[in-house]
Amino acid sequence: MVKKMDQSIPPDADAIVSAQISRRSLLAGAGGIGAASLLATTGASLVSGLASESASAATPTVRFGNWSLYLDYDNKTKKYPTLVDFTKKTGIQVKYMEAIDDNDSFTAKVTPQLKLKKDIGYDVVAPTEWMAERWIKSGFAQKFDEAQIPNKKNVLPFLLNRPLDPGRHYTLPWAGIIAGLAWNKKIIPGGLTSIEDKVHPERGLFSNPKLKGKIEVLSEMRDTVGLIMMWQGVDITKPFTQAQWDNALAYLQKKIKDGWIRQIKGQSYAEDLISGDAVAVIGWSGDINQLNLQNNNQFGFGLPESGGTFSTDNMLIPSTSPNKAGAQALINYYYDPVVAARVSNYIAYVCPVSGAQDAMAKLNPAQAKNPLIFPDDAMWKKLFVFRGLTPAEQIKFSTGFQKIAGNA
Amino acid sequence: MVWLAIFFLAPIVKLVSTSTQTQGVNIGEYVQSYRFANFLDAFTSAAPQFFRSFVYAGLATLFALIIAYPLAYAIAFKSGKWKNTLLVLVVAPFFTSFLLRTIAWEQILGEQGLVIKTLRLLHILGPTGHLTATPFAVVAGLTYNFLPFMTLPLYASLDRIDPRTLEASGDLYANGFTTFRKVTFPLSLPGVVAGTLLTFIPAAGDYVNAELLGNPRTRMIGNVIEARYLRIVDYPGAAALSFILMATILILVLVYIRKMGTDEVV
Repeated sequence: MVKKMDQSIPPDADAIVSAQISRRSLLAGAGGIGAASLLATTGASLVSGLASESASAATPTVRFGNWSLYLDYDNKTKKYPTLVDFTKKTGIQVKYMEAIDDNDSFTAKVTPQLKLKKDIGYDVVAPTEWMAERWIKSGFAQKFDEAQIPNKKNVLPFLLNRPLDPGRHYTLPWAGIIAGLAWNKKIIPGGLTSIEDKVHPERGLFSNPKLKGKIEVLSEMRDTVGLIMMWQGVDITKPFTQAQWDNALAYLQKKIKDGWIRQIKGQSYAEDLISGDAVAVIGWSGDINQLNLQNNNQFGFGLPESGGTFSTDNMLIPSTSPNKAGAQALINYYYDPVVAARVSNYIAYVCPVSGAQDAMAKLNPAQAKNPLIFPDDAMWKKLFVFRGLTPAEQIKFSTGFQKIAGNA
Repeated sequence: MVWLAIFFLAPIVKLVSTSTQTQGVNIGEYVQSYRFANFLDAFTSAAPQFFRSFVYAGLATLFALIIAYPLAYAIAFKSGKWKNTLLVLVVAPFFTSFLLRTIAWEQILGEQGLVIKTLRLLHILGPTGHLTATPFAVVAGLTYNFLPFMTLPLYASLDRIDPRTLEASGDLYANGFTTFRKVTFPLSLPGVVAGTLLTFIPAAGDYVNAELLGNPRTRMIGNVIEARYLRIVDYPGAAALSFILMATILILVLVYIRKMGTDEVV
């Protein structure tokens, strides 16, 4: 609303911020013009499974709004194979949309309609944990008919009882996201193991002299500030004090002021890694996995010794959806271990389905051993979930973070 | 009048009423409490970005004028049959999205671009020096993006000058420079005023260039409004800042026009 009034903002600027901070719409063709990723975020919306057109008359289409490059996609057929199979199996058509670039802006866009109880155009959406929790609390999510989602039993047990939705009556995890350190192996062959290391400066993100001015950190505050807090010895899973939060922000601010940090960005850090403008980042596991597939394994990813952050994106059915039945059938389908393995093999984020590892062993044995898709115990010990924030805390913390980022 | 009421007055009223609300229980919920201190709070916290916006916009306007004037002059007086082609070329960048053009500059000025390689070869820039994520890149981006807005009004007013006035000036023994100073430039002033306004106003509120080409220390007021609206979900703060921005620009523009004494252009 404010934007439209402000004559001085260019008309086509609307998409920019969301595109800029969009989390993981990776550039399909490596090293190409960054613009391609914009096209990817806006262009890909496909109706799958034309094979069973006859059934579509009876069953309405399920409209699934998800993050970019977050579902297996076949470049040759221009279709999403698992969705095609879903339509073949159930006769339900799916309209898949890469609709979410960013939790905040996506939610801000649909909230007015949700409040007016008008259809927002999606039957399934997948916000991140903290945002999914806000949806549930605002009454924007429909409660599942558990009988219609029998595959819920396949969800990894520890993911079933997350604070955002104990017992999982409104949401189910689509994928787990690990935030850690990523670096260009050509320039940092030894890798990074810490946020800052006084004894072995070359192993620390903010102590390796080669990285000064070549670092980018995530605009998702829970990941960037969370990693710093853990390095400072704070347990981010439990209530921490305002002073501890401020302490981490002060550290981040100093690194910006001293010229270590080049940019605070969303997923577009990936393009800067490819171009060489950024050499090391605080970034997301799956992004680096996909980048490596397209760039000769050029990038390393690891968790600082003090730990990395773990979160999930969660499917939920918006309160305004007229097609709850179809949405539930679709959600149920993705907890089939074989289907989940096919998706994980492509997106390379943490797979939330038990049994998928065995299915992956048949599909792609190398990926079945990838701890970033199927974390082992050693990996889980280093992963921590940022605690839930009250609305007042959310506003206070996010204002502080945006201030550091120069935005407030 | 109806048009104005719907598309200008109504949003302004809504904007002002939002700007004095305060946070309700849930995120995104606001209650009207006529808290005018919102304006002060918003302004004090965003003062650096506010000031920076006007400096960047001012610099971009100045550079755009320096680049556009000779260009418009050449098109108006020296281009002959190429005039229309050149005018189309000035407008041609608009066929590509504003966004894509700015992202393209990220590539041009970035590590793999020619500019940085050349500058390093000439030792103007050290091996670790960079152009993207600097104030230079932001101002350059603003200058580039709004250049056509400067060129076209300049061209329009230069083209309107009667060549006979220039001949007359020559007949009175004025040399080329004096003719330009005493005849051409004063006659092109309406174009200068219109061009600077059309460049300065959108540049001051722009947030795309600062976001894509800048770093956390080059953020402008547009970025603050965007972050408040979408990330912090502080609608009153965003509304208050928008209002302050609008009012400031309006005042600056009025002072400027009065000073230039060219009321007919607005």
